[in-house]
Amino acid sequence: MQKFHGEPALQAAHISFRYQKNAPWVLKDVNLEVEAGERVALVGPSGCGKSTLAGILAGYEIPESGEVLWEGRPLERRGYCPVQMIGQHPEQAVNPRWRMEKILRECWNPKEELLQRMGIEKSWMTRWPNELSGGELQRFCIARVLGPETKFLVCDEISTMLDVITQAQIWQILLEETERRRMGMLVITHNRTLAERVCSRIVNLEEINHEASFD
Amino acid sequence: MSDRSFQKAQKRAAAEIFWNRRRRTLFVLGAAVLYLTVTLAAGWFMSPECYDIDYSAKFTAPCPAHLFGTDYMGRDMFFRSVKGLSNSIGVGILASAVSSVIALILGTAAALQGGALDRFINWCVDLCMGIPHLILLILISFMAGKGGRGVLIAVALTHWPELTRLVRAEVLQIRSARYVQASYRMGKTRREVAKEHILPQALPVYLIGVVLLFPHAIMHEAAITFLGFGFPAEVPAIGVILSESMNHITTGKWWMAVFPGLMLLTAVMLLDAAGENLKRLLNPNSGNEA
Repeated sequence: MQKFHGEPALQAAHISFRYQKNAPWVLKDVNLEVEAGERVALVGPSGCGKSTLAGILAGYEIPESGEVLWEGRPLERRGYCPVQMIGQHPEQAVNPRWRMEKILRECWNPKEELLQRMGIEKSWMTRWPNELSGGELQRFCIARVLGPETKFLVCDEISTMLDVITQAQIWQILLEETERRRMGMLVITHNRTLAERVCSRIVNLEEINHEASFD
Repeated sequence: MSDRSFQKAQKRAAAEIFWNRRRRTLFVLGAAVLYLTVTLAAGWFMSPECYDIDYSAKFTAPCPAHLFGTDYMGRDMFFRSVKGLSNSIGVGILASAVSSVIALILGTAAALQGGALDRFINWCVDLCMGIPHLILLILISFMAGKGGRGVLIAVALTHWPELTRLVRAEVLQIRSARYVQASYRMGKTRREVAKEHILPQALPVYLIGVVLLFPHAIMHEAAITFLGFGFPAEVPAIGVILSESMNHITTGKWWMAVFPGLMLLTAVMLLDAAGENLKRLLNPNSGNEA
């Protein structure tokens, strides 16, 4: 396995988060560093805050304290975010009143060749999101964030809804793409085998999360 | 099953397929628009001579010469009803236009701005909804000097609260949707998101709200006129006609109330049906139901 040294690309520094004031902490003083081109798996039992951390790292949520650093600087809240997230519910991540063509090309123009490798068929382009299956939608969600400005991918259970063959295909493409462009990746999964196969390091969120459950 | 009943069942099934929601909605909407425009235009271009006073023909029951009969001054009830409904529709159009613009501005502002402004607008909505609508109408109409102007102002200024709530809820919901947040993360500005995501989603809800608001406005116009706070007695308005007819209904002059009432009811029910059908059709969750 490759070893990485140097500046962390994405860094979570002392992140604490809760959904409401006075609610119990979901994340408390979480520190995590991912180096450029490194792929890290984030594991942990259901409900331990993996998706919340993913949302914070990609700029969807703002932590109550601590900050997310991208290449040493706080993550910019305006403009294209270099850290992009792919979620576990593709049907929520697309506008139900847009055709697939428009959804796919919201921020960049994926090449024909990439679409072909992703298994996105031409006939799907004119359809509405409710006319595609979850797996088909997920391919669109992945393809639309593979633009040149994306430097880091947060994948939150992205292949749970796919059949095994499609899972293999999708991960193949994601690995090729990230390898070629030295993109970092944070992979959230319950699938231990997948984590070991795809990532060079496995982090258990429970071990880095200091939320005191017993106070 | 006998041959004939089988054929009947087949026919019924075919009719059910033909009259699906899309066709039904189009039909009802078409009927409503036709009814309203024809009445509005007929009333607009009608010469007052059509419902002139003619004491020789007072209290005529419906007959070929006077389809809806005549009233206590011998005025033709058919022409008066059409003219009256036309006036009501005019008030309705104006009221829903004004109210819906107020609702759109307040609802969007509350949802997008949040905080103190949101609380203030919600407070205004609660305040207006807390006062019985008819009393609010009467108060405003009275303050604005009654008559045509009073009704217009009262009806226009009191129909925004429900729609404001609707618009606010819709915009709030869309704003927090995953794909909208993703759009921001992909570098889209607030204006782009509003134009591309929020507006196209909120617009159908808003339009349905406007259609459903219209019959309310007409009914309320008729109601306050009936109570004597609206149009003056010489203006043919549905409310005026109905309140006059009350004096004569005990002596058996049924036609003075029944026909104008039916015309008003038809207008309101057609619009309501059109709005309800549109609502079902445009809502993606029920859009695919038969």
